Amino acid sequence: MISVRNIYKRFGSQVVLEGVTLDIEPGKTTAVVGPSGVGKSVLLKLIMGIMTPDRGEVYIGGENMTAARTERARNDIRRSLGVLFQSAALFDSLTIYDNIAFSLRERVGLSATKAHSKVLDMAASLSLTPYLQNFPEQVSIGIRKRVGMARALITEPKVLLVDEPNTGLDPLDGQEVYDLINACKNQWGFTGLVISHELPEVFQVSDRVAMILKGAIIAEGTPAELTASQDPAVQQFLNGRTDGPIKIQ
Amino acid sequence: MGVLTTIEHFGAFIIETTERWGRSWIFLFRSMVALIRPPYRPYLYFSQILQIGVNSTLVIALIGLFTGAVLAVQGEYTLSKFGANAYTGPAVALSLIRELGPVLTALMVIGRAGSAVTAELGIMRITEQIDALRSMAVDPIKYLMAPRLFAGVIAMPLLCGIFNVVGIFGGYVVAVGLLGLSAGTFMSQIESAVALVDIYSGFIKATVFGLIFGWVSCYKGYTCGFGAQGVNKATTQSVVTASVAVLIVDYFLTSVLTRVFMK
Repeated sequence: MISVRNIYKRFGSQVVLEGVTLDIEPGKTTAVVGPSGVGKSVLLKLIMGIMTPDRGEVYIGGENMTAARTERARNDIRRSLGVLFQSAALFDSLTIYDNIAFSLRERVGLSATKAHSKVLDMAASLSLTPYLQNFPEQVSIGIRKRVGMARALITEPKVLLVDEPNTGLDPLDGQEVYDLINACKNQWGFTGLVISHELPEVFQVSDRVAMILKGAIIAEGTPAELTASQDPAVQQFLNGRTDGPIKIQ
Repeated sequence: MGVLTTIEHFGAFIIETTERWGRSWIFLFRSMVALIRPPYRPYLYFSQILQIGVNSTLVIALIGLFTGAVLAVQGEYTLSKFGANAYTGPAVALSLIRELGPVLTALMVIGRAGSAVTAELGIMRITEQIDALRSMAVDPIKYLMAPRLFAGVIAMPLLCGIFNVVGIFGGYVVAVGLLGLSAGTFMSQIESAVALVDIYSGFIKATVFGLIFGWVSCYKGYTCGFGAQGVNKATTQSVVTASVAVLIVDYFLTSVLTRVFMK
């Protein structure tokens, strides 16, 4: 469903990704983990077509995002995507209701009346009904994440991309987001890519895990396989040690 | 080695400047194409005209009133030295309609709404709201930039018209009410001195300044750097660049329009 093939990306003299290859099967969720600043979010933006790789290709549902030359062509591919951003990235000038309805109105082109019942259903299933008339800054970050999830899922995307689901959340809210991802996965059955540096919490939503370091994937497998990996960098990261091959920048 | 480094730096500067110019022109071109392509979202255009245009009316009227008033005082003082204070009305009206109306309106709108547009778009950029739009297959150029550009082009000449009318009224109050000029002389001299081409040229200038306002403020916000400092820098650059551009373009437009219309 998602195929990243031999991606290279650099900013000036700084090499961020160097030959990253990753395949995610339909209906499965892969977590890309690694320390901060190794290019996880850049990888996500390359998959979304918001950045262009220096080399390599990204396929979503068999369509080549990298080869899409115009924004219009990229938008055609993006129609199968839903994205939950690190900070939820809600539109702060719109109410929570309008944030959830946004894609239906602007992307799908549904009338306000037709969008209304869908928004109410989605809000009910994610327990957002009491907050619909609030603005994003009036609710907690945990609720904002839920709204971000509702906004991402309202168009029933085939692919869900999640960037750092737990950033800024306390452990309870963090667990709630993971439970939410699992519940949504069961309900809507999307293919998922979760970017995170939180181990082992992210394992609970992942079928597979890929660890990225120095611009390359150094280990990939099921959560159990990654946990059993003898790679010293993987073990250092899993155990949160400061001594080892990963140097803290 | 030192010479080579200097040449390299100069070359890098030229390339970077050319790239920046190229990107900003492409941005303008894409925004203008986005205006004519469906889907059309009229509510976004009306909302921006409200924010950029209608909400600037009061401050524009206030500045216009006092600009007209001060022009009357200065005009009457200067013209009376030549025994020509009967021409205070035309001096006020022509100064406003041909020059001060479009320029001061543009500078005020840039200061009030241009900074707000850049800051709003800059914050949307750094909080990933623009990325979110793109991820939802909504073109941010069409959704965010085109309405603001359109609002600038529509609102600026209208605000300029308000500035001129209120300015002439301010001049009238001072010249007739305080300086003792005849009301009939003031108005009839304006009527005979101001031609339709003066009004055209003022409105053409205001329209071009509206385009500059929308282009610069949107581009600076859209390409804003990281963090609060990035927004701060973009907002400052937006106001300075647009204001300087208005004054430079004003000179060239005045030269061209004077030659075209006065022949």
